[in-house]
Amino acid sequence: MSNQADELRDLPFPRSAPMEPPVEWAELREKCPFAAVRLPSGDRARMLTRYEDVRKVLTDPRFSRDLARPDAARLTTAGDQGFMNARRPGVDITDGPGHTRWRRLVGRTFTMKRVEGLRPRIGAMVDELLDAMTAHQGRPVDLVPNLALPLPVGVICELLGVPASDQGRFTEWANQMLSLTRYDADEVAAGRAEFAAYMTGLIAAKRAEPGDDLLSELISVTDAEDGRLSEAELLATSMSLLAAGHETTASMIGKMAAILLSHRERYETLLADPSLVPAAVEEVIRFDAMSEFGLPRYATETVEVGESVVEKGTTVLLSLQAANRDQSVFASPETWDAHRGDNHHLGFSAGAHFCMGSPLARVELQEVLAGLLRRLPTLRLAVPAEQLRRREGLLVGGYESVPVTW
Amino acid sequence: MRVITEEDKCCGSGLCVIAAPELFDQRDSDGVVVVLDETPGADRHDAVRKAVAACPAAAIRLARQ
Ligand code: HEM
Ligand code: SF4
Repeated sequence: MSNQADELRDLPFPRSAPMEPPVEWAELREKCPFAAVRLPSGDRARMLTRYEDVRKVLTDPRFSRDLARPDAARLTTAGDQGFMNARRPGVDITDGPGHTRWRRLVGRTFTMKRVEGLRPRIGAMVDELLDAMTAHQGRPVDLVPNLALPLPVGVICELLGVPASDQGRFTEWANQMLSLTRYDADEVAAGRAEFAAYMTGLIAAKRAEPGDDLLSELISVTDAEDGRLSEAELLATSMSLLAAGHETTASMIGKMAAILLSHRERYETLLADPSLVPAAVEEVIRFDAMSEFGLPRYATETVEVGESVVEKGTTVLLSLQAANRDQSVFASPETWDAHRGDNHHLGFSAGAHFCMGSPLARVELQEVLAGLLRRLPTLRLAVPAEQLRRREGLLVGGYESVPVTW
Repeated sequence: MRVITEEDKCCGSGLCVIAAPELFDQRDSDGVVVVLDETPGADRHDAVRKAVAACPAAAIRLARQ
């Protein structure tokens, strides 16, 4: 056992097929819940894979999300410039009281009530995209550029008040922000600078001519100069909402299609009973195994977690996906089951940083799935599932393309 | 049974509202949980327990009066 724990494993783990979880997850959950791992940056960390351990760390404030510290592990090949490691002067929204202030301020946009109010508009956007997609003469059609990407980009842009004509520009910037190995430090820094310059311009334009949108609302909060949101925080917030708001949801739409259509009886279950859509969406999120390694946290004190002692100064990686397949919590975890009750998966994290956009993501995924079932009952993958191409080198795992036909 | 929520812990997920809409709501100003009925009747205890289990921030507790 002890040498198991000391054995250093390189991340990301290899996979037998894009959709399959790495065999290491089950092995580590079973025998080595506090595994030593080496990240793409070359730095070391510890990986947690058990549901209870992962949830414990996520809800324990002694573990910090702030990794811009000299002794925290760097995650990506962009080192100090990479996601979560980059310093952001004047921005105090990452953790602690500054984070709570920020959550309370921005969180009101994402309450159940506000998001349910957006549902009809999101449903209409799905319909428009499906109209365009079905009007195509040729098949197969790639779901990624035709539905998976434009829906969440359109939704977050409309919410924030970003002009539709600029929507094509974010994907590259978001990919650079979320790069694991695809870009080096210079490229990531340059991409962030370009994105920041664009957003700064947009903020100036909205300040001159406010609209009925979240960005204008946040600008008025900043302009009140009462300590709720600094100018640098306004910029950081708008960039992270744009990036977080589309990349994750876009890749989840592709993964949802692949999960349901690779075993078509799953899609048929939902065709027979569309009231299962919300539960099916939760189960898709639980079942997704394509994320590279999960969420990092930094131990600000020495803390006992399960059987292990996490020393102060350790960077831990919480594998949400490995936890979501822990059989001590989920019966038959390797089975996709639309009837699974009480599905308390960790796909949106837990604790203080629980995904702020999760109500929005849920409504988007539910409307996409309901729309596909209603409009395209004969939908199927146009290539064998094993041949779907995986996107490489990004923190958010997903497919490059998902060709379908009907 | 009394329902107790801890505002500092609440992350505004709205999952309690999905689990038990007749017992929980979210404040418009910041998304933090609002308990609509602190001492629900026995017929609602199951719904409360569902909300406790669903809360991703462990912000809801139950106490005996
Ligand atoms: C299926 C789609 C999505 C998934 C799987 C997802 C997943 C996650 C996860 C796991 C976290 C936690 C990070 C951590 O604990 O360190 C998170 C945080 C966050 N997500 Fe999402 N997300 C999705 C969609 C969205 C959308 C649509 C938005 C919209 C604006 C969004 C906004 C955010 C924000 C702002 C945070 C940071 C919260 C904080 O640090 O307090 N997400 N998301
Ligand atoms: S489920 Fe928990 S975190 Fe979410 S709104 Fe309710 S009390 Fe707050």
